[in-house]
Amino acid sequence: MNLKPNREMPEYPGLLIEEPNLSAPADHPAKTIIEPPRGWQVINLREIWRYRELLYFLAWRDVKVRYKQTAIGALWAVLQPFLTMVVFSILFGRLMGLDTEGAPYPVFAYAALLPWTFFSGAFTRSGNSLISDANLISKVYFPRLILPFSAVISMLVDFGIAFIILIGMMLYYGITPGAAVLVLPLFLLLAFLTALGIGLWLSALNVKYRDITYVIPFMAQFWLFLTPVAYPTSLIPDRWQLLYSLNPMVGVVEGFRWALLGNPYIPGMPLILSTGAVLALFIGGLFYFRRMENEFADVV
Amino acid sequence: MGYVTLREAIVTAAQVPWQILRDGGPRNSRKEFWALKDVSFEVRQGEVLGIIGRNGAGKSTLLKILARVTHPTTGRAEISGRVGSLLEVGTGFHPELTGRENIFLNGAILGMKKVEILRKFDAIVDFAEIDKFLDTPVKRYSSGMYMRLAFSIAAHLDPEILIVDEVLAVGDSAFQKKCLGKMGRVASEGRTVLFVSHNMPAVVSLCDRALLLESGKLAAEGSPASIVQQYLAKEMSTSVIPLDQREDRSGDGSARIEFLKVESTDPDKIIRSGSRLKLTIGYSSDRSVQRPQFVVSIYDQMDTGIFLLHNDFVGGLPETLPSRGSVTCLTDPINLTPGRCYVHIELLKGNVRADLVPYAGYFDVEADDLFGSGMVPPRDWVLYMLGHSWWLNED
Repeated sequence: MNLKPNREMPEYPGLLIEEPNLSAPADHPAKTIIEPPRGWQVINLREIWRYRELLYFLAWRDVKVRYKQTAIGALWAVLQPFLTMVVFSILFGRLMGLDTEGAPYPVFAYAALLPWTFFSGAFTRSGNSLISDANLISKVYFPRLILPFSAVISMLVDFGIAFIILIGMMLYYGITPGAAVLVLPLFLLLAFLTALGIGLWLSALNVKYRDITYVIPFMAQFWLFLTPVAYPTSLIPDRWQLLYSLNPMVGVVEGFRWALLGNPYIPGMPLILSTGAVLALFIGGLFYFRRMENEFADVV
Repeated sequence: MGYVTLREAIVTAAQVPWQILRDGGPRNSRKEFWALKDVSFEVRQGEVLGIIGRNGAGKSTLLKILARVTHPTTGRAEISGRVGSLLEVGTGFHPELTGRENIFLNGAILGMKKVEILRKFDAIVDFAEIDKFLDTPVKRYSSGMYMRLAFSIAAHLDPEILIVDEVLAVGDSAFQKKCLGKMGRVASEGRTVLFVSHNMPAVVSLCDRALLLESGKLAAEGSPASIVQQYLAKEMSTSVIPLDQREDRSGDGSARIEFLKVESTDPDKIIRSGSRLKLTIGYSSDRSVQRPQFVVSIYDQMDTGIFLLHNDFVGGLPETLPSRGSVTCLTDPINLTPGRCYVHIELLKGNVRADLVPYAGYFDVEADDLFGSGMVPPRDWVLYMLGHSWWLNED
């Protein structure tokens, strides 16, 4: 007697009727090859482009979370540079009477604090990005570059908010910028690339050597002193000017001041040196990051 | 699915070195350990492949390599088609964001485009049953809600190849059933699935083929039923070792189960369908055992629970036992169909687990003419043989 019962897979209750269609993998390559990584790898720009939505979402997440948790929310983006400007104005503007090449000290300082706050916030977040999103790295594939990249992008929102205050201040002091202001985005780009470049180095190093997390705030502080935020570049003795200008933020800050306030000081040489330094930093960072990327998931 | 021919071939070995960097410095304490060695296999389009093995066998590493989270040291894999990997549910969930926001975030992390997420949004919310709480921060969700949402997003991923790592063990049983159903749907829709699990019944029912991994090596491949059988049999072969040598036990160790003996009350000692079981359990402890609880669980080959024997159910043991000794449990006739059964033993003191030995032993039930008609149902139909009678109704 061999009456085998019908062995079909039972329908579980509560099952939803789903749509049958497959999402079109239009921009996904037909074949993926998984191999051990070899030597120095180049950045796969097409892949980054394919993951652009994730880039956006991670930046969006950072911004949302930052402002949800705090009571004053978006105001923080403004408070930091603004209050620093106030302190600087009192200390350096009034008490020490630094020469600010024609512009009122508060605007002089704020115009520099604006890109500076963006920069220091960006490289700090970027440097910690791999560690803080370690759970993503160990579970999902995406080009790891997206993490430090999105961290820098998220700071642009803060920059935008703080920029509005700058406009307010400029109106208050009756300063109208000349045509040079059109070049402002280029200086912002310079700051962006610098922050990302450092972020790439720091985040990759941070995965291996966790102390980097503690080094970052110190770096930020130290760097602030080395950047002409509170003081003008002209304060630096001539023989040190060249070395000093290797700091990319020198070019950025003086560039901002020149574009916005019409500073007579055209940052020619400093800018060239700064740009050169940034490119070296950024490209070096890309290569180092890519090389270390393969070990991230194992170590993080 | 058009242009895609799914052929996933790991041609040579896939090996991953594991650097233990945490103990002192990056290079000094570098231990080499091959999480996988010489694992090669092919998966055809539309196939559901189950991967089973003990913890530490390399299953997760294999999935991680295929999901491109980790790189192989040597070897090569070719994957044709879009891969969705579910190594975890709820990856990237942020507690401060609302359910709605997390759907977009998690969906994007898993690889869905925004338009795709929008299109599936309602389906995701319905499956997870959280539409009332869509706009509350996820930190306020109960763990059940959290898991349901996480699984729901993952379940709507729709890739051509799905790699799943034991994520079915989430939620309450009603939801688990839903998830299994969904998995079954996915499998029957012709998608390729790689499925790592400890849930043997699920592996047998969902998979077309199975691989058995053992210490990083491919030990066997074949039909799910036979692979599961091999796996459980290997687990069981340890039952011939007296229990004091077993390493895979858990519990606080304040008492230990020393041995297990399973016998039949039949004169020839053979365990049959109609036999009563006599289990003798030896134990030892450093002091007398207060409020002892012996829990014996008997499972079948498919890891389905059959019986639970517990001295608290029926009494019989004193409140305090001497520090060394043995107890015996006598059952009613077991009435099981012929086949193998596995025994797990647990010993608790008060309500604290002192020792738990899974798969402590096994026994085979021989066929027995319980009904007197010579007919016995097979084990893969049913577990029990129930006494019954029939008659024709008057009028």
